[in-house]
Amino acid sequence: MSQRITIDPVTRIEGHLRVDVEVNDGRVSKAWASGQMWRGVENILTGRDPRDAWAITQRICGVCTTVHAIASVRAVENALNLEIPVNANSIRNLIILAHAIHDHIVHFYHLSALDWVDVTSALKADPAKTSALAESLSNWSGNSKHEFAKVKERLTGFVGTGQLGIFTNGYWGHPAMKLTPEVNLLAVSHYLQALEVQRYASKIVSVLGSKSPHIQNVAVGGVANPLALDAQSVLTMERLLAVKEWIGKLDDFVKNVYLVDVAAIGAFYPEWTQVGRGITDYLCVPDIPLDGKGETFAIPGGHIAGGDLSTFKAINTFHDKYFLDGVSEAVKHSWYDYKGGNDKSLHPYEGETTPNYTDFQDEGKYSWLKSPTFYGKPMQVGPLARVLAGLAAGHEPTARYATATLERVSSIAGIKVGLDAMHSTIGRHAARAVACAVQVDELAAQWDRLVDNMGKGDLTTFNPPTFPKGEQRGVGFHEAPRGVLSHWVVIKDGKIDNYQCVVPTTWNAAPRNEHDAPGAYEACLLDNPVADPEQPLEVLRTVHSFDPCLACAVHILDTEHTEVVTVKAA
Amino acid sequence: MHTASRPDAPRRVALLGVGNILLSDEGVGVRLVERIEAGYRLPEWVTVLDGGTCAMEMLEDLENLDLLVIADCVRTGRPPASVVVLQDDDVPAFFRTKLSPHQVGLSDVLATLHFTDRAPRRVVVVGVQPVSVDTGMTLTQAVAAALPEAEAAIVSALHSAGVPCTPRRAEAA
Repeated sequence: MSQRITIDPVTRIEGHLRVDVEVNDGRVSKAWASGQMWRGVENILTGRDPRDAWAITQRICGVCTTVHAIASVRAVENALNLEIPVNANSIRNLIILAHAIHDHIVHFYHLSALDWVDVTSALKADPAKTSALAESLSNWSGNSKHEFAKVKERLTGFVGTGQLGIFTNGYWGHPAMKLTPEVNLLAVSHYLQALEVQRYASKIVSVLGSKSPHIQNVAVGGVANPLALDAQSVLTMERLLAVKEWIGKLDDFVKNVYLVDVAAIGAFYPEWTQVGRGITDYLCVPDIPLDGKGETFAIPGGHIAGGDLSTFKAINTFHDKYFLDGVSEAVKHSWYDYKGGNDKSLHPYEGETTPNYTDFQDEGKYSWLKSPTFYGKPMQVGPLARVLAGLAAGHEPTARYATATLERVSSIAGIKVGLDAMHSTIGRHAARAVACAVQVDELAAQWDRLVDNMGKGDLTTFNPPTFPKGEQRGVGFHEAPRGVLSHWVVIKDGKIDNYQCVVPTTWNAAPRNEHDAPGAYEACLLDNPVADPEQPLEVLRTVHSFDPCLACAVHILDTEHTEVVTVKAA
Repeated sequence: MHTASRPDAPRRVALLGVGNILLSDEGVGVRLVERIEAGYRLPEWVTVLDGGTCAMEMLEDLENLDLLVIADCVRTGRPPASVVVLQDDDVPAFFRTKLSPHQVGLSDVLATLHFTDRAPRRVVVVGVQPVSVDTGMTLTQAVAAALPEAEAAIVSALHSAGVPCTPRRAEAA
């Protein structure tokens, strides 16, 4: 018998991501991903000063504030052909990288690890055995028997009071949970340590961005705050030295804990390398520019077709025609109407945001997300795309961390795990950790570049923009934690005439496109196992492996209970 | 981010506004803290935070507080534009509406602070029931008209914890 499971919301209280799956004989046979909320920020921006857009767009999302600020100033600079000073470029790079590292650590430990880790099982663990296991994998200082015993005691007290707090509503005891009590205790301990470590990444964003959580230190043309080696209220050497110390702490944790845990947990779930493959057309953009014009980059990006690295086509500059011409958005299955009809897609410069809400129609319109495509095809975006592009482009750090991670998984699991395993639900987690290690190294490199350049006496941070009469068009792209983000702006006589944001989660959580081809979530959910329709943990595993982020735009507190999972005979 | 670090600081208090200012009344919490910042002189040991829709980024600012005052848009089934003040026993129930282990929102930040023994000693929520959460950067008239009442509730919560709030207008006069 076929059953229909609706998970709404997947993420937050006012949940903007709804996922529906049809299950036959314990496997997903059909899936729909639906954005449940209209994001009409594009309409707010029309008519405004392009220099203000970044401050407004960073409010789109609570998790990804900085990324929208960055993409927005890049779009306006791109339209004006405005070069930014190298210091401003380095400061932006430091903000971008620290934000991404924060995001990846929090996503793995605090948002998705509990899909794989059974907290209640950790209560049965032997701290001495846990420590022996942990020390065989890593020389991290937080792996002592004493540390694990302390966490176990704390957890026992917590569970004893009947208040699991952060761990409430987990799928404890679910048949799909496979870790031993010791690995569960290890993961819970690192969950707590990650809470301590994430703050160093937050502090970097807040010192360089000059405010947190919403950064202030960005401007069209560079960054807003002056640099000085000694003065007050600016970025001083003293603050930069503190940043250096925090980079060291992040480096230790990411290399000796995060990368190791991903491999250790992954090794217990080998069957999940066979789940969630879905779309293997990947798209990412190069980022961490090494000059003020966006002509050279530290981390490569491009397109890969059908999972075949030999098809890699690089995206090379901020003006790359291959990227600019390739993106378009369809609304055939989205709650919008295009003036010229819904059977064809529109380039973002010509984009329209006119809502037309119907109801949830399985074969018709069912999402507030548009369906972005690259040369007519849906893409998968995110850290996996980033890692595969790095491998294809011969990016040495990516190759080093990816190879080491696959070798570590193989050695723990006792089976040979190759690159093909990365195209999967668990592979996306591994790729995120690999991407994060690359980012930590680059964070240190960007710090050196900034300090070197300041040492040469160059303290410039801002090139003022001028807006000529007439029309200019620009795209700002950014490889955000969840994948390629692009802002597209049309400026007319110094005012915004059109603005479109094509965000990473829109690529991945897209509804079917104008040719009825499913988006990445929808494709990756096919054939997912579902042991218990009332507890669709496996569906959440695959969706969470993308680090979904639609939900954060609304924050209303709701005291009325809402149902999360409904199961119906289909 | 102006937190007192003096060891003799009498107490640590944070006023946190949350919500999305792109969705009209959803942003009322942020608008309220902007109003308090503009209208009152607060001691340096009071952190005023525009949290937007962020979560874990705020963890450090919310640790070991004596008092946390949260300004937010709330849905409690009351008439639109009502001002709601929740404190003491009402607050835990208010945050118990967690729906999955993956909602890293404000309720998760508070739960995390509990687990790490750094939870605020007291939490007061000053909420305003929305009229509209449509896209737009201004509040509806009814919610805008409720701002003075909500502002007074925040000031009263701060006063009751011994926080001096001097109106800037009175200073100038």
